[in-house]
Order: sequence, then C-alpha cells, then structure tokens
Amino acid sequence: MNLHEYQGKQLFAEYGLPVSTGYACDTPEEAAAAADKIGGDKWVVKAQVHAGGRGKAGGVKLVSSKDEIKAFAEKWLGKNLVTYQTDENGQPVSKILVESCTDIDQELYLGAVVDRSSRRIVFMASTEGGVEIEKVAEETPEKILKAIIDPMTGAQPYQGRELAFQLGLNPTQVKQFVKIFLGLAQLFQDKDLALMEINPLVITSEGNLHCLDAKLVVDGNAMYRHPELKEMHDPSQEDEREARAAEWDLNYVALTGNIGCMVNGAGLAMGTMDIVSLHGGFPANFLDVGGGATKERVTEAFKIILEDSNVKAVLVNIFGGIVRCDLIAEGIIGAVKEVGVSVPVVVRLEGNNAELGSKLLSDSGLDIIAATSLTDAAQQAVKAAGGK
Amino acid sequence: MSILIDKNTKVICQGFTGGQGTFHSEQAIAYGTQMVGGVTPGKGGTEHLGLPVFNTVKEAVDATGADASVIYVPAAFCKDSILEAATSGIKLIVCITEHIPVMDMLECKVKCDEMGVRLIGPNCPGVITPGECKIGIMPGHIHLPGKVGIVSRSGTLTYEAVKQTTDHGFGQSTCVGIGGDPIPGSNFIDILALFEKDPKTEAIVMIGEIGGSAEEEAAAYIKANVTKPVVSYIAGVTAPAGKRMGHAGAIISGGKGTADEKFAALQDAGVKTVRSLADIGKALKEVTGW
Repeated sequence: MNLHEYQGKQLFAEYGLPVSTGYACDTPEEAAAAADKIGGDKWVVKAQVHAGGRGKAGGVKLVSSKDEIKAFAEKWLGKNLVTYQTDENGQPVSKILVESCTDIDQELYLGAVVDRSSRRIVFMASTEGGVEIEKVAEETPEKILKAIIDPMTGAQPYQGRELAFQLGLNPTQVKQFVKIFLGLAQLFQDKDLALMEINPLVITSEGNLHCLDAKLVVDGNAMYRHPELKEMHDPSQEDEREARAAEWDLNYVALTGNIGCMVNGAGLAMGTMDIVSLHGGFPANFLDVGGGATKERVTEAFKIILEDSNVKAVLVNIFGGIVRCDLIAEGIIGAVKEVGVSVPVVVRLEGNNAELGSKLLSDSGLDIIAATSLTDAAQQAVKAAGGK
Repeated sequence: MSILIDKNTKVICQGFTGGQGTFHSEQAIAYGTQMVGGVTPGKGGTEHLGLPVFNTVKEAVDATGADASVIYVPAAFCKDSILEAATSGIKLIVCITEHIPVMDMLECKVKCDEMGVRLIGPNCPGVITPGECKIGIMPGHIHLPGKVGIVSRSGTLTYEAVKQTTDHGFGQSTCVGIGGDPIPGSNFIDILALFEKDPKTEAIVMIGEIGGSAEEEAAAYIKANVTKPVVSYIAGVTAPAGKRMGHAGAIISGGKGTADEKFAALQDAGVKTVRSLADIGKALKEVTGW
C-alpha cells in the first residue's frame, strides 16, 4: 500500500526526523489559511498523489502569496496529475500539502528497499539527489552507496557513519545523518515497509539535513498488524475496477487489448497473456481468480472483465490444482446467464475434474467454445475477437 | 533417487486439523505420502485422519521421527510455525501459505540458514517426487515418475510443465515450487544445484516470471555449473510496466527484471528458452533427443 507524502512525513515526525511544518488541505480556503498557521512569506505547495515526478509535471510550486496558494489548489484539487511515473490518465490529486519553504544548498538521495538478491533491507544513499537518480545508478553505479541491514541486529550507527562520511558530510551533519538513518531503519522495520525514499534529502543553507520528500510503500501482507496505517489508505489513488476486484480477492489489472482473460494463478495468467499475443491477439486484462475460486467470484470476475467495452471475446484458462474445474464450469455457466454475456467465451479446462467441467459446459446449451489445448484456446480467442 | 523427498520421507503437517491442512493431508495420504502425524496446539493426544495429533512440533518429531513438515497455518502465524519446525529438528519445511509479511520471511530465512534447515516457499504449491511423496497442494494425478526436474516460481505454470512432460512420457524426477514471494526460502540456484547432482534427473525445466533478478542469477549459475540440458520459460513478456513509487526499485534492480532481459541471460547461458509455455515439452524433446 502506498502512502502520500504528507502521511509519510507524519511518520517521519513521529520517529524524530526533520521535516517541514505543513498542512494537508482539502479546499483552496483551507490551503490559504494554512499559510497563516505556518507563518513566513514563502511557502511550497505540493499536489498529493501516489507517484513521483510531480515537480516536472507542475504538481509542486514555490509561492509567495495566499492568492497563489488558492490558485494552485483550485487548479489541482479534483484534477489528475500526469507524471512519467503514472499512466496516461494520471493520478487524482487528493490533497494539497502546504509547507514552510526550505532554502536548499545541496540535494542528496536516501532510499531503502527489501532487496530480493541479498534478502536484506538495503539502504542506498547518493550525493546526486533529485530526479536524475536512476540515470546516476545506471551510468555511475559507484555513486550509489549501500548499507545492508542484518535482520537480526537491525541497523547500527557505524553503518550510518560510513554512509555519511562517504557522502562528504561535515561532523555536525554526520551526527544528523546517523540519527535520520537509524530512525528510518526503525520505521522501516516497525511499520513493515517495502520501500522508503527521501528524494531529496537536502542540506539547508544553514547546513542542516532536512527531509524534503517522503515516499513510503507498506507491505500489503502486513496490513493486518497496522490498523494505524490502514486508516491512511486512499482508495481514490487506485483504479476503481482493480479495487473492486481486490475486494473479491481477484487480482485484476486493466490493459488496452480486446481479449478478456480469466485465469487461475498469477504465473499462468501472465503466461496466457503471452500466448495470446504470440498468436496475434491483444489481452484486455490480467485477471487471477486465485486458488480458492468459487462460483460467486467467477461471476464477479466475469462482470469486471465485461465492464471493459473493448472486450470482444473472453478466454478462460483454468488449470485445476486445488480448484475443481466443475465448480469453475458452474461459475462460468452462472455468470454467462446472470450477466448476459454477448461476446464469445472460449474455455480451456485442465486438471482436477476437467472432464466433468467440460461436460457441464457442453450440456449447458450456452454459446461456449471448448478449447482442446492451450494453443487452441489462444487461437480460438484471437479468432473470436476478430484478430488474425 | 530424486531431490529433497522420496518414499522414506516422514511428513508431519502444521495446521493439521484446519480446513486446508485436513483436505491436503487426505490427498497426500491417498497419494502414498508417508504422513506420520500433525500439530495443532491444544489438540495434542487426539487423532485426525487416523494419525496422531501433537501440541508441539518437538513432541511430533520425538514420537514419529518426522524429517519434513508442511505448513498450512494462516499467514500471521507462519513465522512462529517455521521457527518452531526449524528448532525442533525438522530438516525440510514446506510452507504453502501465502501473504506472509516480508519482514517475517527475512528473519525466518536467516534462522533456517543458520540451522541448516531447508525451507521451500512460502506461497508455493510444494514439492512432489512422483509415485513416492507429495508435500503440498499440487494435483497428484497429472504427475508421472520420470527424468525431468522441474523448478518454478508459479504454481499453475508448474502444472502446465508437468502435464506436458507427462503427455510426452518423460515424467518428472522431482517438481519444486519455490513460490513467488520476494524472499523465498529456496531459490532457483539452490534447486538447480540439487538437480545437477541427482542421477535420476536428466534434464531440467525452469519456469520464471518477471520481477527481481533470480532468473538472471540462475542463468549465471547454469553457465558455470550445470551440465544437464535446461529448458526455460519466463512469464510476463506482455505485462505492462506498473505504476511506480519513486526510484528505489529501479536502482536496486539495476535494469534487470524484464522478461526480455531474463530470456537473453538464459540464452547466453546455453538454456533452451521457449516463448510459448505450450512448447516446453517440444523443446525438451529437441534438447535431449528423446
């Protein structure tokens, strides 16, 4: 689960990290009033969306009057911000963060992820903060400093010092950095984060380290033990159909093609999309009905797939391991009847009770094309959708 | 021979009396797996599916001499169950449960390595040596004792590969689902090393997915260490790049992780790659001359 910048900064503050005074606002009036509460004559206004690249997209602005704050909030609230990290529709701006202004001397980068290769939490720091950090990582990987955290002992101060000295910080800043590093490592572990990033971590004109941004991603599997983070969930940032699918334990991702896919297992779902394209077709979605597929969930899956008006055919590919093919077949029959499916449905059933499932389908009297193999299923679906 | 498990493997089940534990233990017993008991705290001393139930793994190991455990307990309790099994003398832990927090797995992995315990999964279908021992949720009837070792990150994709090797009459030595989680107990390299040493395994099928760099690391390992023919399929060529938060993911992966990069790395290692998962059986025939 992704967090907004303002939520991340609330957590940073709880862990004693230096962040700007700021208020997350829902209306232009509230945003203007926030300037009074903060004081001063310069502020930064930042559109809150679950994506990076906001600055270049116009979602961050330095302002020096309340009118400017109001105008910025009016421009963005309720609109979508498109950045190079979003899709073409962008993400809806849910709030405007109004913050005190920070004078910047230098921009650093500090991030942490769970690294699959080393099977550790790895911190990454660089003197090359800002938006070009990926290019830096690719072209000059030696400029990305790393610290690997032992899961048993947690982060140690020396690891923070090693990074800080390599970043060329002065003794006061080294102390500040170690405090930030240890705070973040604790936060990462306590809150079950999957990713954390401060870009930029700045050195202010007074020479102090300051967290100017906050990107946090929480491990979705750990939400059960973090009710406080669950409250930070912002459903507006998620695709409506994907979110509804998730409620039914269906893993759905919308794509741009015309062949709706319903498959059990994430790997097989991707494999099915691959084989559809290999035969000249275009998948309309990724949909994994999971292991415990029930009739109700199959029906719901059909509804979600068919809400996409691009869908010209549906391909159902089920390899029954745990799930019984006859149950899936009943689900398909029920869904086709209930939803009133008007496009061709190609079904390939394999594994547990596959014969029984196929028999149910052929006895149903519905217009369902039974495929004899995976390749046959893909070819039939492509043909039915009007492809090759 | 086979890897990890055979007809002599004595298996207990943690979460034995629950819905999943009951259903899949019944299936395992019917398949011929040497199930010797199960653990459900508070139900020790009772009997379930004709087998003894114990309160702790320690008691179960002492009483039955079990060397393997399969875990079906809910995700929130898996760290506890894995650590209990590892410290109680179990040598092979197969964790089927999905949705375990990554932080829990980081710690479990360290402890299992420390104690020399092999962990398979989590979020995986399990391990099967056809005709001898089935630990997990895979459908037993699609398997055939034989000579292909299969290792995969995905459950249902494993079944596809199994079916094709069965249909061609090659059969499988052992099939291992390592699971799709970011921190698996065992990775491709761990299992490839075992297949390379196993005299019964004559060829290997490796099924990967986009994301992470496990396939690239496996490719490097194969190039240096594996002499047996390897056929590989990577799922996700058509998967779109997802929405992103920040740069950290891209920095750590260093440009690895797409299906095309994985295919390229495997081809460079002399692996026969297939673009359609329906072609796995055919490709095996080609590389082995069977």
